[in-house]
Amino acid sequence: MPDDQSSPASPRVVVTLPAALVNLFPGSVRRVEVSATTVGDVIDALDSRWPGMRDRICDSTPGIRRHINVFVEGERATLQTRLAPGAEVMVMTAISGG
Amino acid sequence: MAKKVFILVGTKKGAFIIESDAERRSWKLRGPFCETWPMNHVIADPVTGTIYGGGGNEWFGPAIWKSTDVGATWTHSSEGLAYQAGEAPIKAVWSVAPAAGSLYAGVEPAGLFRSDDGGQSWRHVAGLRDHPSRPHWQPGGGGLILHSLVPHPSDQSQLWVGISSAGVFHTADGGESWEARNRGTRADFMPEGQKYPESGQCVHCLVMAPGMSDRLYQQNHCGMYRSRDGGRHWDSIEAGLPSTFGFPAAVHPRDPATLYLLPLNGDTAGRYVPDGRAAVWRTRDSGDKWEALREGLPQQNAFFGVLRQAMATDRLEPAGVYFGTNTGTLFASADEGDSWHGIAQYLPAIFSVETLVVEA
Repeated sequence: MPDDQSSPASPRVVVTLPAALVNLFPGSVRRVEVSATTVGDVIDALDSRWPGMRDRICDSTPGIRRHINVFVEGERATLQTRLAPGAEVMVMTAISGG
Repeated sequence: MAKKVFILVGTKKGAFIIESDAERRSWKLRGPFCETWPMNHVIADPVTGTIYGGGGNEWFGPAIWKSTDVGATWTHSSEGLAYQAGEAPIKAVWSVAPAAGSLYAGVEPAGLFRSDDGGQSWRHVAGLRDHPSRPHWQPGGGGLILHSLVPHPSDQSQLWVGISSAGVFHTADGGESWEARNRGTRADFMPEGQKYPESGQCVHCLVMAPGMSDRLYQQNHCGMYRSRDGGRHWDSIEAGLPSTFGFPAAVHPRDPATLYLLPLNGDTAGRYVPDGRAAVWRTRDSGDKWEALREGLPQQNAFFGVLRQAMATDRLEPAGVYFGTNTGTLFASADEGDSWHGIAQYLPAIFSVETLVVEA
Protein backbone atom coordinates (compact mmCIF):
# COMPACT_ATOMS: atom_id res chain seq x y z
CA MET A 1 0.00 0.00 0.00
CA PRO A 2 1.44 3.41 -0.92
CA ASP A 3 2.24 5.64 1.98
CA ASP A 4 2.81 9.31 2.45
CA GLN A 5 5.89 10.75 4.15
CA SER A 6 4.91 14.40 4.10
CA SER A 7 3.99 14.76 7.78
CA PRO A 8 5.86 12.13 9.73
CA ALA A 9 4.88 13.71 13.07
CA SER A 10 1.17 13.11 12.46
CA PRO A 11 -0.54 9.80 13.12
CA ARG A 12 -0.67 7.34 10.27
CA VAL A 13 -4.18 6.61 9.01
CA VAL A 14 -5.52 4.37 6.26
CA VAL A 15 -7.71 5.93 3.58
CA THR A 16 -10.00 4.03 1.23
CA LEU A 17 -11.12 5.78 -1.96
CA PRO A 18 -14.07 4.97 -4.24
CA ALA A 19 -13.36 3.46 -7.63
CA ALA A 20 -15.14 6.29 -9.44
CA LEU A 21 -12.69 8.76 -7.86
CA VAL A 22 -9.61 6.65 -8.49
CA ASN A 23 -10.63 6.37 -12.14
CA LEU A 24 -10.23 10.15 -12.47
CA PHE A 25 -6.59 10.16 -11.36
CA PRO A 26 -4.23 7.86 -13.26
CA GLY A 27 -1.85 6.18 -10.85
CA SER A 28 -4.06 6.63 -7.82
CA VAL A 29 -5.06 3.64 -5.73
CA ARG A 30 -8.03 2.50 -3.67
CA ARG A 31 -6.14 2.26 -0.35
CA VAL A 32 -3.44 4.64 0.80
CA GLU A 33 -1.72 5.37 4.11
CA VAL A 34 -1.15 9.03 4.98
CA SER A 35 -0.13 11.11 7.98
CA ALA A 36 -3.04 13.19 9.24
CA THR A 37 -4.61 14.48 12.43
CA THR A 38 -7.91 15.53 10.84
CA VAL A 39 -9.96 14.62 7.77
CA GLY A 40 -8.89 17.97 6.34
CA ASP A 41 -5.29 16.82 6.61
CA VAL A 42 -6.24 13.67 4.71
CA ILE A 43 -7.64 15.77 1.89
CA ASP A 44 -4.43 17.85 1.88
CA ALA A 45 -2.35 14.71 1.63
CA LEU A 46 -4.47 13.26 -1.16
CA ASP A 47 -4.33 16.52 -3.12
CA SER A 48 -0.58 16.68 -2.68
CA ARG A 49 -0.19 13.19 -4.03
CA TRP A 50 -2.78 13.52 -6.81
CA PRO A 51 -3.24 17.22 -7.65
CA GLY A 52 -6.88 18.14 -8.15
CA MET A 53 -8.32 15.41 -5.94
CA ARG A 54 -9.36 17.98 -3.32
CA ASP A 55 -11.76 19.59 -5.78
CA ARG A 56 -13.43 16.25 -6.46
CA ILE A 57 -14.05 15.56 -2.76
CA CYS A 58 -14.64 19.10 -1.43
CA ASP A 59 -16.43 22.18 -2.68
CA SER A 60 -15.93 25.87 -1.95
CA THR A 61 -18.44 26.17 0.90
CA PRO A 62 -15.84 24.93 2.16
CA GLY A 63 -16.72 21.37 3.02
CA ILE A 64 -17.12 17.83 1.79
CA ARG A 65 -19.28 17.68 -1.32
CA ARG A 66 -22.96 17.05 -0.81
CA HIS A 67 -22.91 13.66 -2.51
CA ILE A 68 -19.62 12.48 -1.05
CA ASN A 69 -19.48 10.91 2.38
CA VAL A 70 -16.40 10.47 4.52
CA PHE A 71 -16.61 7.93 7.32
CA VAL A 72 -14.09 7.61 10.15
CA GLU A 73 -14.34 4.34 12.02
CA GLY A 74 -17.83 4.00 10.59
CA GLU A 75 -19.09 7.43 11.64
CA ARG A 76 -19.84 10.22 9.16
CA ALA A 77 -17.14 12.86 9.40
CA THR A 78 -16.45 16.47 8.50
CA LEU A 79 -13.20 18.14 7.53
CA GLN A 80 -12.68 18.95 11.21
CA THR A 81 -13.06 15.39 12.48
CA ARG A 82 -9.92 14.35 14.39
CA LEU A 83 -8.19 11.07 13.68
CA ALA A 84 -6.61 8.58 16.04
CA PRO A 85 -3.47 6.73 15.00
CA GLY A 86 -4.37 3.89 12.67
CA ALA A 87 -7.85 5.26 11.95
CA GLU A 88 -9.75 3.91 8.96
CA VAL A 89 -11.00 6.75 6.74
CA MET A 90 -13.44 5.82 3.99
CA VAL A 91 -14.33 8.21 1.18
CA MET A 92 -17.56 7.02 -0.44
CA THR A 93 -19.87 8.14 -3.20
CA ALA A 94 -23.44 8.64 -1.98
CA ILE A 95 -26.57 7.47 -3.73
CA SER A 96 -26.99 9.98 -6.54
CA GLY A 97 -27.73 10.45 -10.18
CA GLY A 98 -30.27 9.06 -12.59
CA MET B 1 -6.71 18.38 -49.37
CA ALA B 2 -9.09 15.81 -47.91
CA LYS B 3 -10.91 16.81 -44.76
CA LYS B 4 -12.36 14.98 -41.80
CA VAL B 5 -15.30 16.15 -39.77
CA PHE B 6 -15.84 15.30 -36.13
CA ILE B 7 -19.19 15.75 -34.40
CA LEU B 8 -18.64 16.41 -30.71
CA VAL B 9 -21.59 15.30 -28.64
CA GLY B 10 -22.16 16.07 -24.98
CA THR B 11 -24.68 13.83 -23.28
CA LYS B 12 -26.11 13.04 -19.89
CA LYS B 13 -23.68 10.12 -19.71
CA GLY B 14 -20.41 11.28 -21.18
CA ALA B 15 -19.00 12.70 -24.39
CA PHE B 16 -19.07 10.99 -27.77
CA ILE B 17 -17.22 11.72 -31.00
CA ILE B 18 -18.65 10.76 -34.37
CA GLU B 19 -16.45 11.16 -37.42
CA SER B 20 -16.65 11.02 -41.17
CA ASP B 21 -14.87 12.28 -44.26
CA ALA B 22 -16.00 15.36 -46.16
CA GLU B 23 -18.65 13.38 -47.99
CA ARG B 24 -20.39 12.74 -44.67
CA ARG B 25 -22.10 9.56 -45.83
CA SER B 26 -20.81 7.05 -43.29
CA TRP B 27 -20.04 7.74 -39.67
CA LYS B 28 -18.03 6.08 -36.94
CA LEU B 29 -18.87 6.63 -33.27
CA ARG B 30 -16.47 6.54 -30.33
CA GLY B 31 -17.24 6.96 -26.64
CA PRO B 32 -18.47 7.40 -24.02
CA PHE B 33 -15.63 9.59 -22.79
CA CYS B 34 -15.12 11.66 -19.64
CA GLU B 35 -15.97 8.78 -17.28
CA THR B 36 -19.65 9.08 -18.27
CA TRP B 37 -19.96 12.43 -16.50
CA PRO B 38 -22.85 14.61 -17.64
CA MET B 39 -21.21 16.75 -20.32
CA ASN B 40 -23.13 19.92 -21.02
CA HIS B 41 -20.91 21.28 -23.77
CA VAL B 42 -18.13 19.68 -25.80
CA ILE B 43 -16.28 21.96 -28.20
CA ALA B 44 -13.08 22.10 -30.20
CA ASP B 45 -10.66 24.96 -30.62
CA PRO B 46 -10.63 25.27 -34.41
CA VAL B 47 -7.06 26.58 -34.36
CA THR B 48 -5.44 23.82 -32.30
CA GLY B 49 -7.95 20.99 -32.65
CA THR B 50 -7.95 20.57 -28.87
CA ILE B 51 -11.27 19.34 -27.56
CA TYR B 52 -12.71 20.74 -24.33
CA GLY B 53 -15.71 19.42 -22.47
CA GLY B 54 -17.58 21.24 -19.75
CA GLY B 55 -19.63 19.24 -17.33
CA GLY B 56 -20.49 18.49 -13.78
CA ASN B 57 -20.88 15.35 -11.80
CA GLU B 58 -23.22 15.08 -8.80
CA TRP B 59 -20.48 13.39 -6.79
CA PHE B 60 -17.37 15.19 -7.94
CA GLY B 61 -18.50 18.65 -9.02
CA PRO B 62 -17.59 20.74 -12.07
CA ALA B 63 -14.63 20.25 -14.38
CA ILE B 64 -13.30 21.05 -17.81
CA TRP B 65 -12.14 17.96 -19.65
CA LYS B 66 -9.50 18.22 -22.36
CA SER B 67 -8.21 16.01 -25.16
CA THR B 68 -5.36 16.95 -27.47
CA ASP B 69 -5.62 13.75 -29.52
CA VAL B 70 -9.22 13.91 -30.73
CA GLY B 71 -10.58 11.93 -27.85
CA ALA B 72 -8.00 9.16 -27.46
CA THR B 73 -6.93 10.44 -24.03
CA TRP B 74 -8.44 12.98 -21.65
CA THR B 75 -7.43 15.04 -18.66
CA HIS B 76 -9.59 17.21 -16.43
CA SER B 77 -9.16 20.24 -14.21
CA SER B 78 -11.16 22.61 -12.10
CA GLU B 79 -8.26 24.52 -10.56
CA GLY B 80 -9.59 27.96 -9.70
CA LEU B 81 -13.07 27.09 -10.89
CA ALA B 82 -14.77 28.13 -7.67
CA TYR B 83 -16.59 31.03 -6.06
CA GLN B 84 -15.51 32.43 -2.75
CA ALA B 85 -16.30 30.51 0.44
CA GLY B 86 -19.84 31.15 1.57
CA GLU B 87 -21.30 31.48 -1.92
CA ALA B 88 -23.30 28.66 -3.45
CA PRO B 89 -20.67 26.36 -4.94
CA ILE B 90 -20.45 25.71 -8.67
CA LYS B 91 -22.45 22.68 -9.73
CA ALA B 92 -21.42 22.30 -13.33
CA VAL B 93 -19.80 23.88 -16.35
CA TRP B 94 -22.37 24.67 -19.03
CA SER B 95 -20.45 26.29 -21.85
CA VAL B 96 -16.92 26.57 -23.17
CA ALA B 97 -15.58 28.88 -25.87
CA PRO B 98 -12.11 29.61 -27.21
CA ALA B 99 -11.24 33.25 -27.74
CA ALA B 100 -7.90 34.45 -29.11
CA GLY B 101 -5.81 31.87 -27.29
CA SER B 102 -7.84 31.98 -24.09
CA LEU B 103 -10.81 29.93 -22.99
CA TYR B 104 -14.05 31.04 -21.39
CA ALA B 105 -16.31 28.83 -19.33
CA GLY B 106 -19.86 29.54 -18.22
CA VAL B 107 -21.06 27.80 -15.10
CA GLU B 108 -24.03 27.12 -12.85
CA PRO B 109 -24.90 29.08 -10.74
CA ALA B 110 -24.32 31.64 -13.46
CA GLY B 111 -20.85 33.05 -13.67
CA LEU B 112 -17.92 33.37 -16.02
CA PHE B 113 -14.39 31.99 -15.79
CA ARG B 114 -11.35 32.43 -17.99
CA SER B 115 -8.27 30.31 -18.59
CA ASP B 116 -5.08 31.55 -20.18
CA ASP B 117 -3.20 28.25 -19.95
CA GLY B 118 -5.28 25.93 -22.07
CA GLY B 119 -7.82 25.01 -19.42
CA GLN B 120 -5.39 23.96 -16.72
CA SER B 121 -6.30 26.79 -14.34
CA TRP B 122 -9.18 29.25 -14.22
CA ARG B 123 -9.93 32.66 -12.78
CA HIS B 124 -13.28 34.18 -12.03
CA VAL B 125 -14.34 37.07 -14.27
CA ALA B 126 -16.05 38.64 -11.31
CA GLY B 127 -17.43 41.71 -13.05
CA LEU B 128 -20.39 39.82 -14.46
CA ARG B 129 -21.68 38.82 -11.02
CA ASP B 130 -21.19 42.42 -9.91
CA HIS B 131 -23.87 43.54 -12.36
CA PRO B 132 -26.65 45.33 -10.44
CA SER B 133 -29.27 42.95 -11.79
CA ARG B 134 -27.63 39.91 -10.24
CA PRO B 135 -29.70 39.84 -7.01
CA HIS B 136 -32.73 39.35 -9.27
CA TRP B 137 -31.33 36.44 -11.28
CA GLN B 138 -33.59 33.44 -10.77
CA PRO B 139 -32.99 29.90 -12.02
CA GLY B 140 -35.09 28.72 -14.94
CA GLY B 141 -36.10 25.14 -15.61
CA GLY B 142 -32.53 24.23 -16.52
CA GLY B 143 -31.05 26.07 -13.56
CA LEU B 144 -29.31 29.43 -13.30
CA ILE B 145 -26.91 28.62 -16.11
CA LEU B 146 -24.56 30.64 -18.28
CA HIS B 147 -24.98 28.66 -21.47
CA SER B 148 -24.06 31.00 -24.32
CA LEU B 149 -20.61 32.47 -24.85
CA VAL B 150 -20.08 34.64 -27.91
CA PRO B 151 -16.61 36.20 -28.17
CA HIS B 152 -16.05 39.03 -30.62
CA PRO B 153 -14.06 37.59 -33.55
CA SER B 154 -11.35 40.27 -33.53
CA ASP B 155 -11.75 42.45 -30.41
CA GLN B 156 -10.63 40.49 -27.36
CA SER B 157 -12.22 43.01 -25.01
CA GLN B 158 -15.73 42.19 -26.23
CA LEU B 159 -17.84 39.22 -25.21
CA TRP B 160 -21.54 38.46 -25.09
CA VAL B 161 -23.04 35.93 -22.69
CA GLY B 162 -26.50 34.46 -22.34
CA ILE B 163 -27.87 33.44 -18.96
CA SER B 164 -31.18 31.63 -18.66
CA SER B 165 -33.76 33.79 -16.89
CA ALA B 166 -31.29 36.66 -16.61
CA GLY B 167 -30.74 37.66 -20.22
CA VAL B 168 -27.97 38.75 -22.57
CA PHE B 169 -25.03 40.76 -21.25
CA HIS B 170 -22.13 42.37 -23.08
CA THR B 171 -18.72 43.54 -21.98
CA ALA B 172 -16.45 45.87 -23.93
CA ASP B 173 -13.62 45.92 -21.39
CA GLY B 174 -12.65 42.30 -21.04
CA GLY B 175 -15.21 41.49 -18.38
CA GLU B 176 -14.72 44.32 -15.90
CA SER B 177 -18.12 45.85 -16.58
CA TRP B 178 -21.25 44.53 -18.28
CA GLU B 179 -24.31 45.95 -19.95
CA ALA B 180 -27.65 44.17 -20.21
CA ARG B 181 -28.69 43.87 -23.88
CA ASN B 182 -32.26 42.68 -23.96
CA ARG B 183 -34.21 45.61 -25.38
CA GLY B 184 -37.01 44.30 -27.56
CA THR B 185 -37.11 40.75 -26.17
CA ARG B 186 -40.20 39.71 -24.25
CA ALA B 187 -40.70 38.21 -20.86
CA ASP B 188 -44.16 36.67 -21.31
CA PHE B 189 -43.96 35.21 -17.83
CA MET B 190 -44.11 38.70 -16.29
CA PRO B 191 -47.29 40.70 -15.57
CA GLU B 192 -48.67 43.25 -18.04
CA GLY B 193 -46.57 46.35 -18.09
CA GLN B 194 -43.44 44.43 -17.08
CA LYS B 195 -42.93 42.28 -20.17
CA TYR B 196 -39.95 44.25 -21.52
CA PRO B 197 -37.57 44.62 -18.57
CA GLU B 198 -33.94 45.65 -18.90
CA SER B 199 -32.92 42.13 -17.86
CA GLY B 200 -34.56 38.94 -16.65
CA GLN B 201 -35.52 37.62 -20.09
CA CYS B 202 -34.99 33.92 -20.60
CA VAL B 203 -32.52 33.64 -23.45
CA HIS B 204 -32.05 30.03 -24.57
CA CYS B 205 -29.33 30.37 -27.20
CA LEU B 206 -27.29 33.29 -28.51
CA VAL B 207 -25.23 33.12 -31.72
CA MET B 208 -23.33 35.52 -33.97
CA ALA B 209 -23.57 35.69 -37.75
CA PRO B 210 -20.32 34.85 -39.55
CA GLY B 211 -18.34 37.90 -40.54
CA MET B 212 -20.80 40.34 -38.95
CA SER B 213 -20.02 40.93 -35.31
CA ASP B 214 -23.03 43.21 -34.86
CA ARG B 215 -25.49 40.64 -36.24
CA LEU B 216 -26.73 38.44 -33.42
CA TYR B 217 -29.57 35.97 -33.30
CA GLN B 218 -31.23 34.43 -30.29
CA GLN B 219 -33.74 31.77 -29.51
CA ASN B 220 -35.54 32.92 -26.41
CA HIS B 221 -38.06 31.21 -24.16
CA CYS B 222 -40.42 33.85 -25.55
CA GLY B 223 -39.68 34.26 -29.23
CA MET B 224 -36.91 34.36 -31.80
CA TYR B 225 -34.93 37.54 -32.37
CA ARG B 226 -32.34 39.29 -34.53
CA SER B 227 -30.13 42.19 -33.61
CA ARG B 228 -28.23 44.38 -36.06
CA ASP B 229 -26.37 46.36 -33.41
CA GLY B 230 -24.66 43.87 -31.16
CA GLY B 231 -27.71 43.25 -29.05
CA ARG B 232 -28.60 46.83 -28.17
CA HIS B 233 -31.95 46.33 -29.88
CA TRP B 234 -33.71 43.14 -30.86
CA ASP B 235 -36.37 42.55 -33.51
CA SER B 236 -38.74 39.62 -33.46
CA ILE B 237 -38.27 37.13 -36.31
CA GLU B 238 -40.87 34.64 -35.12
CA ALA B 239 -43.47 35.37 -37.83
CA GLY B 240 -43.75 32.32 -40.08
CA LEU B 241 -42.50 29.88 -37.46
CA PRO B 242 -44.79 27.27 -35.86
CA SER B 243 -44.22 28.48 -32.30
CA THR B 244 -42.36 31.08 -30.31
CA PHE B 245 -40.60 28.47 -28.19
CA GLY B 246 -37.45 26.47 -28.76
CA PHE B 247 -33.93 26.06 -27.52
CA PRO B 248 -31.12 25.92 -30.10
CA ALA B 249 -30.00 28.25 -32.87
CA ALA B 250 -27.19 27.67 -35.35
CA VAL B 251 -25.68 30.00 -37.93
CA HIS B 252 -24.35 29.09 -41.34
CA PRO B 253 -20.53 29.04 -41.45
CA ARG B 254 -20.32 31.66 -44.22
CA ASP B 255 -23.70 33.27 -44.90
CA PRO B 256 -24.73 35.75 -42.19
CA ALA B 257 -28.34 35.71 -43.39
CA THR B 258 -28.82 31.96 -42.96
CA LEU B 259 -29.99 30.74 -39.58
CA TYR B 260 -31.34 27.40 -38.38
CA LEU B 261 -33.88 27.02 -35.56
CA LEU B 262 -35.80 24.07 -34.18
CA PRO B 263 -39.05 25.36 -32.71
CA LEU B 264 -40.87 23.18 -30.18
CA ASN B 265 -44.57 23.14 -29.48
CA GLY B 266 -44.46 25.41 -26.44
CA ASP B 267 -43.20 25.70 -22.91
CA THR B 268 -46.31 24.22 -21.30
CA ALA B 269 -47.20 21.78 -24.10
CA GLY B 270 -44.54 19.13 -23.61
CA ARG B 271 -41.69 20.86 -25.45
CA TYR B 272 -41.81 18.41 -28.36
CA VAL B 273 -41.50 19.06 -32.06
CA PRO B 274 -44.90 20.47 -33.11
CA ASP B 275 -47.57 17.88 -33.94
CA GLY B 276 -45.06 15.07 -33.48
CA ARG B 277 -43.46 16.03 -36.82
CA ALA B 278 -39.79 16.99 -36.78
CA ALA B 279 -38.51 19.95 -38.74
CA VAL B 280 -35.55 22.26 -38.75
CA TRP B 281 -36.55 25.74 -39.86
CA ARG B 282 -34.20 27.73 -42.07
CA THR B 283 -34.12 31.35 -43.10
CA ARG B 284 -31.94 32.66 -45.92
CA ASP B 285 -32.81 36.32 -45.28
CA SER B 286 -32.04 36.84 -41.59
CA GLY B 287 -35.44 35.80 -40.39
CA ASP B 288 -37.94 37.52 -42.65
CA LYS B 289 -39.01 34.25 -44.29
CA TRP B 290 -38.77 30.68 -43.04
CA GLU B 291 -38.93 27.24 -44.61
CA ALA B 292 -39.44 23.92 -42.87
CA LEU B 293 -36.82 21.28 -43.65
CA ARG B 294 -38.37 17.84 -43.13
CA GLU B 295 -36.87 15.42 -45.68
CA GLY B 296 -35.51 12.44 -43.80
CA LEU B 297 -36.85 13.55 -40.42
CA PRO B 298 -39.67 11.63 -38.68
CA GLN B 299 -43.07 13.01 -39.63
CA GLN B 300 -45.26 11.16 -37.21
CA ASN B 301 -45.15 10.16 -33.56
CA ALA B 302 -41.95 12.09 -32.84
CA PHE B 303 -41.99 13.38 -29.28
CA PHE B 304 -38.51 14.64 -28.70
CA GLY B 305 -37.02 18.00 -27.94
CA VAL B 306 -33.67 19.50 -28.82
CA LEU B 307 -31.78 21.36 -26.11
CA ARG B 308 -30.14 24.76 -26.25
CA GLN B 309 -26.64 23.70 -27.33
CA ALA B 310 -27.62 20.67 -29.38
CA MET B 311 -27.55 22.05 -32.93
CA ALA B 312 -24.50 23.05 -34.98
CA THR B 313 -23.12 23.52 -38.47
CA ASP B 314 -19.77 22.51 -39.93
CA ARG B 315 -17.58 24.66 -42.20
CA LEU B 316 -17.56 22.30 -45.18
CA GLU B 317 -19.04 23.17 -48.58
CA PRO B 318 -21.97 22.67 -48.67
CA ALA B 319 -22.35 23.21 -44.95
CA GLY B 320 -23.38 20.34 -42.72
CA VAL B 321 -26.08 20.83 -40.12
CA TYR B 322 -26.52 18.58 -37.10
CA PHE B 323 -28.84 18.28 -34.13
CA GLY B 324 -29.17 15.85 -31.25
CA THR B 325 -32.37 15.02 -29.43
CA ASN B 326 -33.09 14.65 -25.75
CA THR B 327 -33.98 11.04 -26.64
CA GLY B 328 -30.47 10.29 -27.87
CA THR B 329 -30.69 10.48 -31.65
CA LEU B 330 -28.26 12.51 -33.74
CA PHE B 331 -29.45 13.76 -37.13
CA ALA B 332 -27.16 15.12 -39.84
CA SER B 333 -27.57 16.99 -43.08
CA ALA B 334 -24.73 17.27 -45.59
CA ASP B 335 -26.64 19.69 -47.83
CA GLU B 336 -27.34 22.71 -45.62
CA GLY B 337 -30.50 21.17 -44.19
CA ASP B 338 -32.27 20.11 -47.38
CA SER B 339 -32.19 16.42 -46.39
CA TRP B 340 -31.44 14.57 -43.19
CA HIS B 341 -30.21 11.21 -41.93
CA GLY B 342 -30.03 9.74 -38.47
CA ILE B 343 -26.35 8.99 -37.83
CA ALA B 344 -26.54 7.77 -34.23
CA GLN B 345 -29.34 6.59 -32.02
CA TYR B 346 -29.86 5.14 -28.56
CA LEU B 347 -27.35 7.58 -27.10
CA PRO B 348 -28.00 9.15 -23.70
CA ALA B 349 -29.95 12.42 -23.74
CA ILE B 350 -27.96 14.80 -25.93
CA PHE B 351 -27.04 18.12 -24.33
CA SER B 352 -24.72 19.60 -26.95
CA VAL B 353 -23.54 19.19 -30.53
CA GLU B 354 -20.51 20.94 -32.00
CA THR B 355 -18.21 20.24 -34.94
CA LEU B 356 -14.52 20.17 -35.79
CA VAL B 357 -13.18 20.01 -39.36
CA VAL B 358 -9.50 19.14 -39.88
CA GLU B 359 -7.25 18.33 -42.79
CA ALA B 360 -7.05 14.55 -43.05
